[in-house]
Amino acid sequence: MPPRDPGPPVLEVQELSLELGIRGRWVPALDRVSLRIERGEALGLVGESGSGKSLTALSVPGLLPANARVTGGAIRVMGEDVLGRSERELAGLRARSVAFVFQNPTTYLNPVLTVGRQIAEVFERSPELLDPSGRVAALSRGERRRRARHKSIEYLRLVRIPDPERIVDQYPFALSGGMQQRVVIAMALARRPHLVIADEITTALDVTVQAQILGLLAELRRQIDMTLLLITHDLGIVAQLADRVAVMYSGRVVESADVRRLFRAPRHPYSRALLQAVPTLHDDRTVFRPIPGSMPAITDPPGGCRFHPRCPEVFAPCAGTRPGLAPVEEGHTVACHLYGGGAG
Amino acid sequence: MSEAAALLEVQDLVKHFPVGDGLLARRKGLVRAVDGVSFRVPHGHTFGLVGESGCGKSTVAMLLLKLLEPTAGRIAFDGRDLARARGAALHEFRRRVQIVFQDPYGSLDPRQTILSALIEPLSTLGVVAGRARAVERARESIALMGLDPEVLGRLPHELSGGQRQRIVIARALAVAPQLLVLDEPTASVDVSVQAQILCRLEELKGAQGLTYLLISHNLVVVRSMSDVVAVMYLGRLVEVAAAGELFGTPLHPYTAALIRAIPLPDPEAPRVAALARGDVPSPVRIPSGCRYHPRCPYAERVCRETDPPLAEVRSGHLAACHFPGVASRAAG
Repeated sequence: MPPRDPGPPVLEVQELSLELGIRGRWVPALDRVSLRIERGEALGLVGESGSGKSLTALSVPGLLPANARVTGGAIRVMGEDVLGRSERELAGLRARSVAFVFQNPTTYLNPVLTVGRQIAEVFERSPELLDPSGRVAALSRGERRRRARHKSIEYLRLVRIPDPERIVDQYPFALSGGMQQRVVIAMALARRPHLVIADEITTALDVTVQAQILGLLAELRRQIDMTLLLITHDLGIVAQLADRVAVMYSGRVVESADVRRLFRAPRHPYSRALLQAVPTLHDDRTVFRPIPGSMPAITDPPGGCRFHPRCPEVFAPCAGTRPGLAPVEEGHTVACHLYGGGAG
Repeated sequence: MSEAAALLEVQDLVKHFPVGDGLLARRKGLVRAVDGVSFRVPHGHTFGLVGESGCGKSTVAMLLLKLLEPTAGRIAFDGRDLARARGAALHEFRRRVQIVFQDPYGSLDPRQTILSALIEPLSTLGVVAGRARAVERARESIALMGLDPEVLGRLPHELSGGQRQRIVIARALAVAPQLLVLDEPTASVDVSVQAQILCRLEELKGAQGLTYLLISHNLVVVRSMSDVVAVMYLGRLVEVAAAGELFGTPLHPYTAALIRAIPLPDPEAPRVAALARGDVPSPVRIPSGCRYHPRCPYAERVCRETDPPLAEVRSGHLAACHFPGVASRAAG
């Protein structure tokens, strides 16, 4: 049997470069970042603060801050170019194709609307979601409203909210942080997006509630074939949920690999150091291997490889030449002079 | 547990906050933030206090620093009752017990240079005489935390989060305390910086003869730093044991749920399991019986009716559960 045509990748970020206006000058913040996510796949984008992982994510649905400008590269969602689109077209993209879930659900939910009303807004904006056969124009207002409520309850059930018929009429403040985050996920899924971008979505939650949300995301991946871009600083979350990982450092992707390969045999000295800096429960007490120094400020990045001032394996070319992202094995790329690859 | 002399001893500590309805200021209920907590911390130990938001762990810290007065119970520091400390004794206590909070930005005055921030407690607490000596002490302290003395001339916003947190720790260490209360000391920094700070704290503990009370929601941090760990839930300690014992053989289902909730940085490790149902209830409406029972998958009738006391189940291992060890037996 011939393999099923996989179609275009859900997301393709190609050599994306971006600058931020800081105190009157333009400062490079992303430097030729490339990512690719196939349908049904979960990519974990990890890095510490200042690595550029959130900027990369925000650039996909056109949610960049006003002081950001793209200086090169391309972003394609389902094969269609995103950069250079009008705000109106981007709004359409966000409504249909790319759903973004943020860290703090309280700021995202409207406090004066019930949960059901907020999910129903999705169907008001995209009424075609109410009727798969496309005869939505023929529906009366009342019928549309009835279907929207029914669908809202269905999505609350999908995100495992207990007693959804009751919760649909509640206001956000009556819900706990974990329930609010589930509602936000339900709103995101109601659009039937091609891609869900989850930016540190469990950071504000307690660990027992985080475990519930991580379990939910794992189930949703199986159940509805969700394609996921997972932005996190937590390597544990990546190990739990992602198929592939891209590690960012100071505005660049330094390594990208299958999740098992990256955790078992990280190649880039930064990836290795990052993995060793995390204490684990199996370890005896006080086994920390800190990374000396700190992430460079984007206003004053070092030349060559940006990790070289902190790197234990630094050698001749590192300070002068930026290493290009080169394959070391099938599906495993590293930007480090230790593995050849030359300048990038 | 070790029988070494306790630097800190807490007995039946209670702190209730009345909640009024604002306008008429009539009392509507009580937040039972700390609801009968006892533990002791021997000299030179690190005592880890772990729990989720709203469990009362930070209120315990405020009580220990005498920033809040307890509703009931007793805190003894180096054998002396804290409630009776006045005048010079209280002044001395304030020097000997220091705290580091989670948010270093909130702990530093944005308009004050790092040098003044470090010198201020030295003069208020009368640790050193004269400005020259104070500046010298500030420099030493900064160096202890691995910072360059040039940061002394800076303002807080000119520094990174990791640098600020190290400065806050340096300020606490400058007055030569005996007990350092670390309330989420690395919750706001990146993992590589966290490792730097925890490593340095561990080195300084031995070198400076310090005792730590480490408060955190992060079990891995608590596990790696502590001699003894206490797990707190809705104002109570539900389990206390040596760190290795507690994480190796958790007896309370809540502790087991916390441990299984940690996403391990290993794709081959078992997936996280959500063993605790729902969210932490409000401390205004504490459930009957065992306060964990509504979230506990193993709860039986007795759990809804009777509040289990914190009792020694194995040698040196305390748990407040009618069925200690039930979670590990259920897991096989």
